[in-house]
Amino acid sequence: MKTAETPFEFFTVSYLTRIGNQSAGTLSELLTGLNQCSDASIFHHTFQTLNSHHFLTEGFSNDFAQWAHADANREDLAEQLAALDVRDYLSIAALRSDLCRVVSEYCTANPTLAEQTALERFYFCEGLEVTLPFGLTARTLEEFRNGIAHLSHASFYFHFLSSRLRLQLQTNDFSHWLADGLGLGTLADSVNHIDIYTNTLDSARAKVLRLIDREGRKG
Amino acid sequence: MSEVAIASRIPLDDYAALLGQGEIDELRILAQPLRGRSIEMINSTAVGGGVAEILNRLLPLAEELELNMRWDVMTGGDDFYGVTKSFHNALHGAPYHAEPKDFEIFLACNDRNRSRLPLDAEFMVIHDPQPAALIEGRKEHANHWAWRCHIDLSHPNRQVWDFLNKFVARYDAAMFSSPEFSRSLDIPQYLFYPAIDPLSEKNRELESGFVSRTLAQYQIDPQRPILTQISRFDRLKDPVGVIRAYRIVKRYFDCQLVLAGGSASDDPEGAVVLKEVQSEANGEADIHIIELPAWAPLEVNALQRASTIVIQKSLREGFGLTVSEALWKKKPVVASAVGGIPVQIIHKHTGLLAHSVEGTAYQIRFLLSHPEIAAKLGENGHQHVKENFLITQKLKRYMTLFLAMARK
Repeated sequence: MKTAETPFEFFTVSYLTRIGNQSAGTLSELLTGLNQCSDASIFHHTFQTLNSHHFLTEGFSNDFAQWAHADANREDLAEQLAALDVRDYLSIAALRSDLCRVVSEYCTANPTLAEQTALERFYFCEGLEVTLPFGLTARTLEEFRNGIAHLSHASFYFHFLSSRLRLQLQTNDFSHWLADGLGLGTLADSVNHIDIYTNTLDSARAKVLRLIDREGRKG
Repeated sequence: MSEVAIASRIPLDDYAALLGQGEIDELRILAQPLRGRSIEMINSTAVGGGVAEILNRLLPLAEELELNMRWDVMTGGDDFYGVTKSFHNALHGAPYHAEPKDFEIFLACNDRNRSRLPLDAEFMVIHDPQPAALIEGRKEHANHWAWRCHIDLSHPNRQVWDFLNKFVARYDAAMFSSPEFSRSLDIPQYLFYPAIDPLSEKNRELESGFVSRTLAQYQIDPQRPILTQISRFDRLKDPVGVIRAYRIVKRYFDCQLVLAGGSASDDPEGAVVLKEVQSEANGEADIHIIELPAWAPLEVNALQRASTIVIQKSLREGFGLTVSEALWKKKPVVASAVGGIPVQIIHKHTGLLAHSVEGTAYQIRFLLSHPEIAAKLGENGHQHVKENFLITQKLKRYMTLFLAMARK
């Protein structure tokens, strides 16, 4: 059994939602907010919302898209915002730029709709993060599997999704360690291809475990 | 001032079956750096009201995690509670003109309580406006103070808010149940949801026999769809509007309506509203108006579990935890988009929102016509509550707040 030189250390994360002093009642106000809000706010309404709403696997992508759909009643814009996949971004700046571009183009093409008042306001918030070691480490594939099976949702999210920004790579903590620590590049790729938008955190975790089990049977 | 003793304890591991062992382990991990450090919660009542109900469930869990958390209740006379009741309504936006004497009564009571309390826990959490001025007893940089506001401050009476704000501004943080309820403040404001306890009598699983007996007791037919609104008889809960929505639905579906709420016997306004509701129902056999005792958690639980659809057609609402109670039981919910309800009902994902009698009726008809969609909304709603509105999540938020405040 392969043993990694550097162990994988499992962490967990807990978020507090900080309410900002900025809100939007129209699409043009949303655009202003998107331009001015903090990076933490963009992260909160895109990455972090996938953690708190992971059980929604149909038609929920990020808070901006949901507001455009449910409160501003602009299905076409909602669809475009929902199509932005956080896994394609290595920085919040790039994600913010695309969010602004989509809303700006829509407002330019539909100036009247841009000023229509939505049913409810959008409140810009941001997450305050506290991370702590989960108390588990792994050097082998078996220990790694047992650790993943035992994690909380927040911990799984931390390693599988929010890690992409931390690593500044188009991968996640699990895949990164599988490839670099254990030299299991194919398994790492398969894990990285699990679709977080059409899976809950539980079903994504089950898929990771199945992939590891399959790898284990080979060895 | 007295410390509240908590009677019943539920072992933390009992929650593992519902939430998963990983979630429980995570609570223990977050608690570890806080062990041995003191936490004090202060509010204005030990019994009755949502805050006391939540603290009653929160403290035993904190004890399970070996957190040194205590709960003190401030004391005050009738004059103080008279003033704070007026302040409460004014902060909700009701017309009110405070006299200088009102502020004096408020300050004098806080002063008396301040002299009785050490106020020296490392983390002080003060609930709602009544004890807000206890912050005056804070020793500079000695400990961390947070103000938990459970009421909607979106349209407060200016005079009362200006008075209160002088104290709130001295806290290290404030917590609100919805972004909409918050104010523009210089201190950090956090989102703290109210919570339900999945193992309490109001929310735990029930034997089907008990549910059947409850229906039989109130002569409700289990074979036909049951639409239910649980709330006290209050115009802001719009029970008459619920009957009107039901009548529209009734044209298309042979259903029943249950309006159940706490007894109106000690609430003169409630008794008037109950009469209005009975008058609107006009003796219709399929409208069941049920006056429950003030504390009837098992009956509420049974009525919610027996429901086909749960309604919360409030005109104004604080947070509306009855929505979370219904969602936890996997019930499809049709509710008004007011107060904290849109936080719980993500439209078309965890329930359906409505803005009128006709809209409410339409959403109910839609769900009765599409039971598979109703079931999906109920399932999503259950998960939403599990992630966000359970007492274990609330404790996690508190621990995260304390860890965040301590590292500053």
